[in-house]
Amino acid sequence: MPSWPVNQWYVAAYSEEIGDGLLGRTICGEPLVFYRTGEGEVVALADRCVHRRYPLSLSHLKDDQIVCGYHGFTYDKTGACVAAPAQKRIPRTARVPAWTVREQDSLVWVWIGDQELADEALIPRAPWLDSPDYTVVRGMEPLKARYSLLVDNLMDLSHETYLHGGYIGTPEVAETPITTEVDEDANVVYVSRHMDDAECPPFYSKSTGIDGRITRWQDVEYHAPCLYLLHSRIAPAGVLPPEEGPDDKAFHVEVTYGITPSTEHETLDFWMVSRDFALDDEEVTEFLATNNHTVVMQDVVALDLLEKVVEGEKENYQELSINIDTGALAARRILTKLVAQGEERTAAAKAVTAP
Amino acid sequence: MSSPNQAGPAAPMRADLPAPTKMLKGRTVYRVVWKLNTDVLVGYCWCGTAHEDTDPIALWEWLLAHPDTHGGGRTDSAVPDPEPELVDA
Ligand code: FES
Ligand SMILES: [Fe+2]
Repeated sequence: MPSWPVNQWYVAAYSEEIGDGLLGRTICGEPLVFYRTGEGEVVALADRCVHRRYPLSLSHLKDDQIVCGYHGFTYDKTGACVAAPAQKRIPRTARVPAWTVREQDSLVWVWIGDQELADEALIPRAPWLDSPDYTVVRGMEPLKARYSLLVDNLMDLSHETYLHGGYIGTPEVAETPITTEVDEDANVVYVSRHMDDAECPPFYSKSTGIDGRITRWQDVEYHAPCLYLLHSRIAPAGVLPPEEGPDDKAFHVEVTYGITPSTEHETLDFWMVSRDFALDDEEVTEFLATNNHTVVMQDVVALDLLEKVVEGEKENYQELSINIDTGALAARRILTKLVAQGEERTAAAKAVTAP
Repeated sequence: MSSPNQAGPAAPMRADLPAPTKMLKGRTVYRVVWKLNTDVLVGYCWCGTAHEDTDPIALWEWLLAHPDTHGGGRTDSAVPDPEPELVDA
């Protein structure tokens, strides 16, 4: 049984990644091929030709149809085979499965699980990714590590002080206590750390131009399983949000992650940094893109290493948890619950269709 | 760093911090606040009961044992108190 919950939306790609060509990507163990029709609609099909399993993502797109690169079986956007070489008659069973996809907030979401259950209203939102009030830099790093290690990493920002010292980490991050909230019905974990008088890490001093100490707020919102939001507020020390009106004396950075399981030991790490200041400043854009990529790579190296450790350890290895882990523990619990729920619904659906 | 025992459950402290800022608005929100300058975590169940521990795992277990241990005769369908009252653990 898979370690990720099914009957869930996952980020499959950035909208801009799906253009003229074919994009192959494995999401939750499903090899999928993505493309965009002439009408602009995104299509996701199984990335295996029914004939001899040639990857469709390595084939050709012609008039919104995929022509298999091996022997030419041709599929329309529903996955139905509409042409086979030298044959008039096409077997009715010749089709590849199609997946439900939606585009929202510049992300392409795919529903993994029972396609009948797909519900667009359940897609979590990150509207700043697609807003003229923000400038966004983004990238994607494939991890050779299971997705739960990335969840752990992002839920505990005290690691910034150690793993990302000199970039986003300063002593206060690890030293300031956190508040954790869990909404059991909505499957959301909120972890907040408000630093009133903190050192300004280069990541923020260089991008905002603040020199001196800051109030630094980190409010993490994890929408299990796939979307992670870090609302970061940076202001000169002493500057708190006004009782009323816009918080315009502060700088806001929305750090967003799509956490997408690829296989049991690989994860797609979609990272985005959106800011509401210096919108047209190319230098700031370049700085944040390069710097955040460096930070992401520090995590990638650590997590790829951890995966090897975890794979090599004995059953029932006991970890130790301390207060900083409160949020990560909550996230794990929700994931365990969602995995079980996904199983149940799939089992129930199977029971109904069984003869 | 102080040892967990110093502020451990042996000497229960009242959850006397001001009510934490509520961020999530759902019907059943659990809240865990880290007590300033201590190693103590204060857990607030959505049913209105609070509890302290220095071990996050033990605290989650306590919170999630709802309603068996701290929810009195409530059932899962109990409607949470609109203004949870903070009480001794
Ligand atoms: S493998 Fe695709 S047509 Fe033969
Ligand atoms: Fe990190």
